[in-house]
Amino acid sequence: MEYLIGIQGPDFVLVAADNVAASSIIQMKHDYDKMFKLSEKILLLCVGEAGDTVQFAEYIQKNVQLYKMRNGYELSPAAAANFTRKNLADYLRSRTPYHVNLLLAGYDDADGPGLFYMDYLSSLAKAPFAAHGYGAFLTLSILDRYYRPDLSQEEAVGLLKKCVEELSKRFILNLPSFNVRLIDKDGIHDMEKLTVSAV
Amino acid sequence: MLTPQVLLRADMAWKSLLTSSSLPTSLPFASSQPVPLPFPMSHGTTTLAFLFQGGVLAAADTRSSCSGLVACPASQKILPIHSHLVGTTSGTSADCALWKRILSRELRLYQLRHGRRLSTSGAAKLLSHMLHPFKGTELCVAATLCGWDGGELFYVCSDGTRLQGKLFSVGSGSPYAYSILDQGVQWGLTVAEATSIAREAVFRATYRDAYSGNCVDIYHITSKGWTRRSVDRDVWASLLKLLPPRPDSATSSR
Repeated sequence: MEYLIGIQGPDFVLVAADNVAASSIIQMKHDYDKMFKLSEKILLLCVGEAGDTVQFAEYIQKNVQLYKMRNGYELSPAAAANFTRKNLADYLRSRTPYHVNLLLAGYDDADGPGLFYMDYLSSLAKAPFAAHGYGAFLTLSILDRYYRPDLSQEEAVGLLKKCVEELSKRFILNLPSFNVRLIDKDGIHDMEKLTVSAV
Repeated sequence: MLTPQVLLRADMAWKSLLTSSSLPTSLPFASSQPVPLPFPMSHGTTTLAFLFQGGVLAAADTRSSCSGLVACPASQKILPIHSHLVGTTSGTSADCALWKRILSRELRLYQLRHGRRLSTSGAAKLLSHMLHPFKGTELCVAATLCGWDGGELFYVCSDGTRLQGKLFSVGSGSPYAYSILDQGVQWGLTVAEATSIAREAVFRATYRDAYSGNCVDIYHITSKGWTRRSVDRDVWASLLKLLPPRPDSATSSR
């Protein structure tokens, strides 16, 4: 039902998430934000079971901020991703596993942009592009076909629009709008919301 | 430094809060085996709440059902929490009543300790965190908190959802209510118009949903606090004219 997508360029990461908060067959909210800001240059996109998403994402968010307060410098995206994965793994075989699927996108001043794919079984992979949700089945091959490591920002947005177009054409569920954000050396930038009519 | 023990300690802090002497000790804590229910619990309802220029309006039906039996035709599904906060309840009536009382107590304690009232957003977060240890058990609470600190509406559910919004409807009759509300609710409604559309939405839901019925409770929350605007006559009697006529009414002449 929910959809997340991330595309890494040479010096930026573009991420998008749908805006629907649903409860069985009803859309309870049309403008729900599924992205959690972990630090000035790291975003965590989180989907999955109701309640688990917010609880887990906020826990990670507060701990990343606590690290900065205690140590005076921020966690890198790779470190934050590994910390997140370790927490997921620790809870996986407990009485209360968190059923969440995540994309962590960030810009490291030393290593550059990074996109990390994590799922509810606490697997972690650094990937040039990634997607979560049923929509991923429809859009991963588009990303396979058109992705290049040297995409410009406009080309990346164009690729994102192609994916959203395909979803509106073939996906059985209605996902009317998507939040889009871009992370680069200057931080996190909110981009124009992608609505199905504008695509 | 960054360990799961932080979460475990936070969790245990909540558990110790809940196991304080004021609660019965037999409360089940997120047990892996759910305790079988002795009889079917009440679940069906239609509740709704929305924001408009005149404040926040909350409405609910008054039927408590147990499978096929109307256990209570005059139950209160909108419970005041304090003078400027009201909560609609849906799910298991007993769970909702208990957790509303716990929430009222915790909000009052917060007010006494910190010298100011917790915001509606904070109250919703508090309720959401208190319900989290019970996720996966039979506990079923779906509430909308309607508060006046500027007019705010939050939906909180025992599965962990917490959403801020301008319009929510919860319960088995909620899809029917949503379709009426989506047609007519807008910011510029007068209080009378808002009350009337809320009553009609609950009425239409009671027409289609077996587990909703009887009367409609309406609460209006403004900067001055909440007021109850219910009509105690059965909603069917007062709004019967909205229904189509019986098919055989023209022909029968008894």
